[in-house]
Amino acid sequence: MAPAAAVNVAQAGLWGDVGRQLRRSPQFLIGTAVIAVLALMALVPQLFTRIDPRQCDLARSRRPPSAEAWFGYDVQGCDYYANVIYGARSSISVGLIVVGGALVIALVLGAIAGFWPGWRDNVIARVADVFYGMPFILGAIIILYQFDERGVLQVALALLLLTWMTPMRLVRASVVAIRDSDYVQAARALGATDLRIITRHILPNALAPVLVYATITIGVVISAEATLSFLGVGLRLPAISWGLMIGEAQNYVRTSLHLLLFPGAFLVVTVLSFISVGDALRDALDPKMR
Amino acid sequence: MSRYIARRLLLAIPVLIGASFFIFFLVYALPGDPVRALAGDRPLAPGVIAELRERYNLDDPVFVQYLKYVGGLLQGDLGIDFSGRPVSETIAQRIPVTAQLALTALVIEAVIGLIAGIVAGIRRGSYLDNLVLVSTTFLVSIPVFVLGFTLQYFLGVQIPLFPISGTNEGLYSYLLPGFVLATASMAYVARLLRTSLAENLRNDYVRTARAKGLPERMVIGKHTLRNSLIAVVTFIGADFGTLMGGAIVTEGVFNLPGVGRAVFDAVRSQEGTVVVGITTFLIFVYIFFNLVADVLYAALDPRIRYE
Amino acid sequence: MNLPLTEPGAADGAPGDHLLEVDGLSVEFRTDHGTVRAVRDVSWHLDKGETLAILGESGSGKSVSAQAIMGILDSPPARITSGEIRFNGTDLLTLPAEEQRAMRGEQVSMVFQDALSALNPVFTVGSQIAEMFRVHRGTSKKEAMDKAAELMDRVRIPGARNRVKDHPHQFSGGMRQRVMIAMALALDPAVIIADEPTTALDVTVQAQIIDLLLDLQRENGMGIVLITHDLGVVAETADRVGVMYAGRIVETGSIEEVFSRPAHPYTAGLMNSIPRVDQIGSRLSPIVGSPPSLAAIPVGCAFHPRCPRAVDLCRSEDPRLVEVGPGRRSACHFAKDVLDA
Ligand SMILES: Nc1ncnc2c1ncn2[C@@H]1O[C@H](COP(=O)(O)OP(=O)(O)OP(=O)(O)O)[C@@H](O)[C@H]1O
Ligand SMILES: [Mg+2]
Repeated sequence: MAPAAAVNVAQAGLWGDVGRQLRRSPQFLIGTAVIAVLALMALVPQLFTRIDPRQCDLARSRRPPSAEAWFGYDVQGCDYYANVIYGARSSISVGLIVVGGALVIALVLGAIAGFWPGWRDNVIARVADVFYGMPFILGAIIILYQFDERGVLQVALALLLLTWMTPMRLVRASVVAIRDSDYVQAARALGATDLRIITRHILPNALAPVLVYATITIGVVISAEATLSFLGVGLRLPAISWGLMIGEAQNYVRTSLHLLLFPGAFLVVTVLSFISVGDALRDALDPKMR
Repeated sequence: MSRYIARRLLLAIPVLIGASFFIFFLVYALPGDPVRALAGDRPLAPGVIAELRERYNLDDPVFVQYLKYVGGLLQGDLGIDFSGRPVSETIAQRIPVTAQLALTALVIEAVIGLIAGIVAGIRRGSYLDNLVLVSTTFLVSIPVFVLGFTLQYFLGVQIPLFPISGTNEGLYSYLLPGFVLATASMAYVARLLRTSLAENLRNDYVRTARAKGLPERMVIGKHTLRNSLIAVVTFIGADFGTLMGGAIVTEGVFNLPGVGRAVFDAVRSQEGTVVVGITTFLIFVYIFFNLVADVLYAALDPRIRYE
Repeated sequence: MNLPLTEPGAADGAPGDHLLEVDGLSVEFRTDHGTVRAVRDVSWHLDKGETLAILGESGSGKSVSAQAIMGILDSPPARITSGEIRFNGTDLLTLPAEEQRAMRGEQVSMVFQDALSALNPVFTVGSQIAEMFRVHRGTSKKEAMDKAAELMDRVRIPGARNRVKDHPHQFSGGMRQRVMIAMALALDPAVIIADEPTTALDVTVQAQIIDLLLDLQRENGMGIVLITHDLGVVAETADRVGVMYAGRIVETGSIEEVFSRPAHPYTAGLMNSIPRVDQIGSRLSPIVGSPPSLAAIPVGCAFHPRCPRAVDLCRSEDPRLVEVGPGRRSACHFAKDVLDA
């Protein structure tokens, strides 16, 4: 076990360096703070507002921000601040489901493809090629158009189908890179099973690139969900989603800017946070590329 | 080079078959009534339903349906809309607008992206480099429709510099939508060139160029840049396909009468055949320009050109 | 430690006597892991028509000193901390950047080890050679290409005229190195620094390239600095040799003398490590141990941990490079003993 232990020590050292670097990175600190607030918002929106986002009064339609309604009212006369707060849940859930699902698929398929070269590797590569052939939004439009119901799960499924390929390739590359290394050979010689080698030795090695990818991709997926909902092929009323809110308001944004500005700003800040944290992670993990 | 291109073309065939099969499978072969799915909640006249069933060979076995579907695609048959008009006709009529928009975006992306990338790449860690890093991160974080509406409001309504809708002012009407459509790619071009320049500056031939007594502007501007541009130009080539697809959102926001706007409207009016038909077309455009990029790559890199 | 390690005037004679003089050159790299002292107080000189070999193990600072002379060190992290590099008596290091640049390729040019990576993959070899004329002489494109073809012919590339439009990867290793040489030769420089020009090549091709360099030298009388770790190449081609160890010159002298009677234990060790025809069957005695990290050079003589003669003096005091005979220098406290051994 000596060689494996050495690697673990080396990895512990690496992660220690990374931690130190990250604690000094403002974009990482601010980004994670914002993400933490958003996560809380998604879990318990009641902490941020007492108002029911679905309590509407057409008489208040499109009223601008004021002391009693900070973000004003939407077209239906619902409190916009409450809506914006409740909108975090769809974004965060779609982001997490898609990226979590993509990681599971990526780990399984990537490990298979990398560990057993041959037909399995080939089939997986060709299938990935086909999905790479589909641009993100266009592919999602076609897929989503086939669902009668379009909720968080359906939107997530459509995006998941178009997301798993890159992390799969990252995992595969890590597996290939160390499949034949001395310490994997040593572990094998000591009688470790394939499964143990994969889970104990190979996957930890894939962690760094996958982590960077996953963080950035949550941001990209949240942006895609908003775009699809805006177009009318994503979430539908009565769901609450920032993209949907802007879509509903699009004919009024020229006169009632607040209808665009508030969900738009939340959306941008959310996406920006995930992408910045991912960037900071990349810089910390791969100092050469800075 | 022809060997390389031939190999690329061969590799594209399974992708095309896979993509067409995937779309076909989703739209026509999934359980449930495809005609209903395509129509959404819209009530259809029985005559139209019969025509659609006939048109999409829904009474044939699935495999035969697929072959007929592909056969139709090869002849440019992308289905009909609910008034019986072939989708391909709509595309033919509207494609100039979309192509012009994508081209405008491509030029903006190339010019701004290349300048920002060069500045950042040769002066790593400088103030300008950091500015490029921050602004590119910011740009990729703004969804196109948010940026579109925002710029439309501030540069079209508040300070009326640009038209906010339609194509009445010719090329000028394409500038703002083109910029909006270009932002994400522009940021990517800048980042790609920055990284690529920094990597290539470490190459031995850079040292050789200096040892030859070339002025620094030639060492970077000629020897390093020419190598870095291979990846960037290849990306820009492929990006034309991405931009055509991205036109759905941009044309929606700016009300430009291209194929993207047709999809945008069809979603609203629940004309599924149009949504699926045009989107399928745009996916193939995307795959096609990926191939174009492969060819560009071969043309730009002599190591591959003479393979 | 700031005492000069070399006697004053170690470059021999008054400044300006030689074509190229390196005098007390030191180069450091400032890295995250400390300061790497890659070149320490190196001095040597080169005359017209002469070949000086710089011999040393990997990492001993040969390439770094060559790059310092060419003015192409990456700085940062590199920094020239002291020394002069005199070309016909003028110190290149104090010249304005623009004049320094104009000298490169024109007066002093360089041949690199791996021509495949040293040539730009996206330009034709002809245009890369022609660039020398275009930039330094303002020659027209067409004329420059003609001259490039002539040069390729001169370095004996078969069918040169038809190959000017080829790209580097279309040539064999030996032919590529000829292209490099043609490029270095283009403006008839007074000095060519060849940094391991044959290491990447097959043995037979190696000999051809060395022969080519020597032929060209006979034709136009340039001085050659030949950097190598191949003792055979040194023995066959050079007039004088400078042996480098851990960033320092530890011994200089004429080939015959250094090879037959080394004056430094390191050189002696090197000589013993090559199999000799007259010693077939006798055991090789390679130098034990490995060269020190340049970020942590041992106190005293850098060679002492590997030296069979090391005594306390060697562990405390770094020997200076002193004259041990006519035209011979050694940096060993016991140079005389080594000589007489
Ligand atoms: N950019 C750099 N940063 C830090 N250290 C460097 C750098 N370049 C060279 N060095 C160090 O300088 C020392 C001398 O390197 P140099 O390339 O001159 O060796 P060399 O004698 O040419 O060896 P070789 O025979 O392998 O070419 C090496 O120990 C190397 O680690
Ligand atoms: Mg070297």
